[in-house]
Amino acid sequence: MYILEIDNLYKQFGGNPVLRGVSLRIAEGEVVSLIGPSGSGKSTLLRCAALLETMDRGTLRFSGRTAAAERDSRSVYAPRQQLHQLRRNFGLVFQSFNLFPHYTVLRNLTDAPVRVAGRSRAEAEDEARALLQKMGLADKAGAYPCELSGGQQQRVSIARALAMHPKILFFDEPTSALDPELTGEVLSVMRQLADDGMTMLVVTHEMSFARDASDRTLFMADGVIAEEGAPEQIFSQPQNPRTRQFLSGVLGR
Amino acid sequence: MQSMLLQLAEGMATSVAIFVLTLLFSLPLGMLVALARMSKSRLLSGLMRIYISIMRGTPLMLQLLVVFFGPYYLLRVNLGSGYRFPAVILAFVINYAAYFAESYRGGIASMPRGQYEAAQVLGYSRAQTFAHIILPQVVKRVLPSVTNEVITLVKDTSLAFVLSVTEMFTIAKAIAAAEKTMIPYLAAGIFYYVFNFVVAMLMERLEHRLNYYR
Repeated sequence: MYILEIDNLYKQFGGNPVLRGVSLRIAEGEVVSLIGPSGSGKSTLLRCAALLETMDRGTLRFSGRTAAAERDSRSVYAPRQQLHQLRRNFGLVFQSFNLFPHYTVLRNLTDAPVRVAGRSRAEAEDEARALLQKMGLADKAGAYPCELSGGQQQRVSIARALAMHPKILFFDEPTSALDPELTGEVLSVMRQLADDGMTMLVVTHEMSFARDASDRTLFMADGVIAEEGAPEQIFSQPQNPRTRQFLSGVLGR
Repeated sequence: MQSMLLQLAEGMATSVAIFVLTLLFSLPLGMLVALARMSKSRLLSGLMRIYISIMRGTPLMLQLLVVFFGPYYLLRVNLGSGYRFPAVILAFVINYAAYFAESYRGGIASMPRGQYEAAQVLGYSRAQTFAHIILPQVVKRVLPSVTNEVITLVKDTSLAFVLSVTEMFTIAKAIAAAEKTMIPYLAAGIFYYVFNFVVAMLMERLEHRLNYYR
């Protein structure tokens, strides 16, 4: 069974079509990278999957459970309570981190597990500390987000998402707001997650990550998935001229 | 001289009571007004817009008179002189709630959308998001402008004299007229200044305490 299934997704903003019939299936343990020029609809696709945007048309399912079905060429969403439950399936790492500035790092990681998932504080804190350890931030539990570098904040936000035990983790250009030297530390955490078997959908401009760390690469252009395949194939023998043009631009060859 | 100070101190107690009661009711009421003003219901939001516009667009002194005399002239209901103090509180509360509502609204509107989105993805309900993620940050953001209103309120309490409520300024005026001297005014001025000094200090301390994050 697929962790995430999107079929025939259409989305427009003010009459301007952004997604024009996108279908996507992600199996458990798969790491899928989503690349393409800006404005191609990558982030909108991710935000639709994360229930932050509503699809105009198309279906959306998590582990076989329907979040949105299509009726009369329109997306019909499940009732609010059901969507609330379905949110447990995924986590999202934002480009701009969006940590809660008034909470410590530890509280950022424990507040939702305690308040939303109903776990005990002690259990949530033990797990949060283990996650911080894994992120190389064990000594930052008591710090506030404003006291951390961008790279550290982004690692905290990855840990915050993991603390809710999602089945799939979405990344929306997680390193685009970071200096090159801070990008590395975030990418290495993401590689580690991928190695650990986490299911991931990553919108990224980091071609090295897409090439080396993902199982499958999707290339988006003009609101459709123009090409998809194993990263080796996309990066060494792109079939679509649009893909070739994009890759020669970003890879400088 | 001593009896004058004693009388003024008694008036001061009334001024402090007006101040405290006004804040007690208008600070939370302002939040309800702000939320109603930002509501998706155009009727509710429109009504709040009109209410805020009237409260901010007319003199507080006039509002005091309307609240006190309104029931009699409009509805022929005589609430008696026991209604003087409640009328003062009512007028101050509805006036200040309007000002606070606008401060809160600015604070809420300034919150980045990412905070709502992060909370939503983590599964917080809308009420939880507002209470635990948005509101604490809004409090910090609006504190400087709320401090301004609060300091203005200290001085505005003197307007209660129009309804002959015996707060400090009313008493100062009475003594000054009877004894033909400026001294009660001077003393009252010092009282107000000290009152405000204390208020400003407390607010500053509160602001400082919220400075643990940016």
